[in-house]
Amino acid sequence: MAGVGLSATDAPRVAVWRDVRILRGALQVGFVVGVVALGVWLVSNLTTNLDRLGIRSDFEFLGAPAGFRILGSDFEASGTIREALIVGITNSIRVAVIGMILALLLGIVVGVARLSQNWLIARVASGFVELLRNVPPLVLVIVFYQVTLEVLPRIQDAAVSNGFLFSNRGVWIPWVTLGEGSRTYLAVLLAGLAAAIVVARARRARFERTGEPARAGLLATATFLVVAGVGWLVLDPPITPSLPVLDGRLVEGGASLYPEYLSLLLAMVLYTASFIAEIVRGSIQAVPKGQTEAADALGLSPGQRLRQVTLPQALRIAAPATGNEFLNLTKNVSLGVAVGYAELLRVAQTATGNGQPAPQSLSLVLLGYLTLSIIISLVVNVANRRLQLVER
Amino acid sequence: MAAAIDAPAAVPPVRPRDPVVWLRRNLFSSWPSAVATLVLAPAVAITLFRFVRFLVVDARWEIVRVNLALYLIGPFPRDQVGRLWIALAVLAVALGAGAGAIAATARETAEAAGRPLNAGWGERIRRAGPPVLLVVGILAFASGVEPVLLTVGALGLGAAAAAVTQRLSPRGRRAVPALTVLGIGASLAIISRFGGVPATDWGGLLITMFYTIGALLLAFPIGILFALGRRSTLPVVRWGCTAYVEFFRGSPLITLLFVGWLILPFFLPPDFPTPGLVTRALIIFVFFTSAYVAEIVRGGLQAVGRGQREAAQALGLTPWKQTRLVILPQALRAVIPGLVGQAISLFKDTTLVLIIGQSDLLAVSRSVTKQDQFLGQGYIVESLTFVAIVYWVISYWMSRESQRLEARLGVGTR
Repeated sequence: MAGVGLSATDAPRVAVWRDVRILRGALQVGFVVGVVALGVWLVSNLTTNLDRLGIRSDFEFLGAPAGFRILGSDFEASGTIREALIVGITNSIRVAVIGMILALLLGIVVGVARLSQNWLIARVASGFVELLRNVPPLVLVIVFYQVTLEVLPRIQDAAVSNGFLFSNRGVWIPWVTLGEGSRTYLAVLLAGLAAAIVVARARRARFERTGEPARAGLLATATFLVVAGVGWLVLDPPITPSLPVLDGRLVEGGASLYPEYLSLLLAMVLYTASFIAEIVRGSIQAVPKGQTEAADALGLSPGQRLRQVTLPQALRIAAPATGNEFLNLTKNVSLGVAVGYAELLRVAQTATGNGQPAPQSLSLVLLGYLTLSIIISLVVNVANRRLQLVER
Repeated sequence: MAAAIDAPAAVPPVRPRDPVVWLRRNLFSSWPSAVATLVLAPAVAITLFRFVRFLVVDARWEIVRVNLALYLIGPFPRDQVGRLWIALAVLAVALGAGAGAIAATARETAEAAGRPLNAGWGERIRRAGPPVLLVVGILAFASGVEPVLLTVGALGLGAAAAAVTQRLSPRGRRAVPALTVLGIGASLAIISRFGGVPATDWGGLLITMFYTIGALLLAFPIGILFALGRRSTLPVVRWGCTAYVEFFRGSPLITLLFVGWLILPFFLPPDFPTPGLVTRALIIFVFFTSAYVAEIVRGGLQAVGRGQREAAQALGLTPWKQTRLVILPQALRAVIPGLVGQAISLFKDTTLVLIIGQSDLLAVSRSVTKQDQFLGQGYIVESLTFVAIVYWVISYWMSRESQRLEARLGVGTR
């Protein structure tokens, strides 16, 4: 048993090809050399091919005029490719953010409904989940798109109800027109919000000092409403509602949701909500039974038990998995390309079709979506860390 | 403790079977619940009625009847269809054998854990229901008895193979995974080699299945390598593997498919023959799926206790043998449900090849409505419904089986 490396002086006796430190170093150097060689080979192939085909390999095309228009935005054909791509990523973000909010709300409602005491509600909720999550999201996007195109009436005979207008050119919803004082009014609203926070803090401090009921939420809301109301009266209605009105083949007022946008958003929301619902259900079931029993023992009503005991704990469990679904949703926004929604990939595809170099355009798309993914996972991680219980 | 286990089981309370009691408990337990029931019940009834009436009465299924072959195999040359039937039989045997081996392992695991499973006939019928209904539903659109007989024959062979491997000893079952892979490869070769049909002429459900099975088989070993790499003690290897996994998980698959379609050929030497469109898409699916497989397997590796590695070291196994004989088998068993989940998601993701211009099942459902006799009459509704149901049944069935498997393998419980 002599010679086993027990002391430092024995170390040199180990043969070089069996020395763990040297082996580890050699393996890592070999790995790096392999990866770098592969990368160099790929890049040299790329440049050779691009040169051979006469395709530019720089990013100067970004400053060139785009030569195409983008549906649903002010972008004109004279704008540059760079501006077009920015419109594209803005459109991606718009669907992603609105989709996340709606999918989260719907997912929580359906997830809670799946555990309802009422058999029918529970069955309808689980039917919703099973129906949607087993269909490819692209099928959903296309189904909703075709339904808008084929089932909704033509624009001339659009159906109007309660300020909504339905046609196969899109759906118009009631919206607002911003008047002259709208910027000032925004400042007034922010001031009201600040005042409300001050009031709430003061009330809570008072509660901790004296033990009198705080009613912080009530008083803070009242403060905000008073400031908002006074500002409204003084500023000569800064915001007026605007309803869509049909005029021949044109629609005045309201806000339009194009079929492409509508079908993509709807598919994203429903598909993601079905996954979030499952996560929420699992998380609620994962809350220890003692918690519900304790809530019952305190005499909380079923609604209070859900809102104040079960859900807050369940959402803490659900946070990481929900963050994953948000990432999936963001990446799935690129499915909009199938119905012609002008998200980032679609814009790049159009540019490529107009003769712009594909390698650079697609790299920018990948970069854009990777950046969005990273931002979302950072936000989710921060939120997650703040939600987790701090133990000892 | 022992006394508690040996004590006779308490008699479960008899469930009230009285329908009035059931109604009061489940539908009218409180005022809000009663109101919800009364509002929802008619809405659900009307929706279900309309849907069933559409399926049975209103739908003009002739678009599916006329084009069934297009939905299933796309532009595949019709004089070569015989190859497909042989390949289907081989595939059924291969997959049946694999399923039989997994079922036997699951049964033994459950028995070892003291929870023997005795599946009643009711459960068996419920399990077999979705795929049988799907096959019957598709065959209902077929013309003639020939396809029916051939399908039943192929599926019968698959069932027989499953029955045989279920009865094999654990030692005998060891060869089954290799045979399954071999069988899948053989069925591919039967279709495409020996004067067969190149993949560019495949379409419909056939190409959907090809991408799903092919990408899974290839991504599995690659994914395991990256999972091991991510847990390596060599920092450089770990970073490299992490970068690979995170890049492919952070990118939208459809963008990657565009990369494969438009710029993958640029990365190959100029004199290298450009791989076909199907190969390029398959490569992208493999890259993408292997990143997800790596994450799933990494979860399984983390779940294997430290003691296992230490025990293997104490036995004097080499590092490679420690991993292959002790760590991996335990890790992989724990992640089978996760891998099935990944298979479902890959199956759904194959629809994306529509966007790069290939005629998969979903693409066919759109293109057939442009035929002269169906143009502009809203047949897209029937066509999309048919295709959506096919996708739905297959992935619903797989997810049900995966949940069952999870319970059987006792993942998370010991």
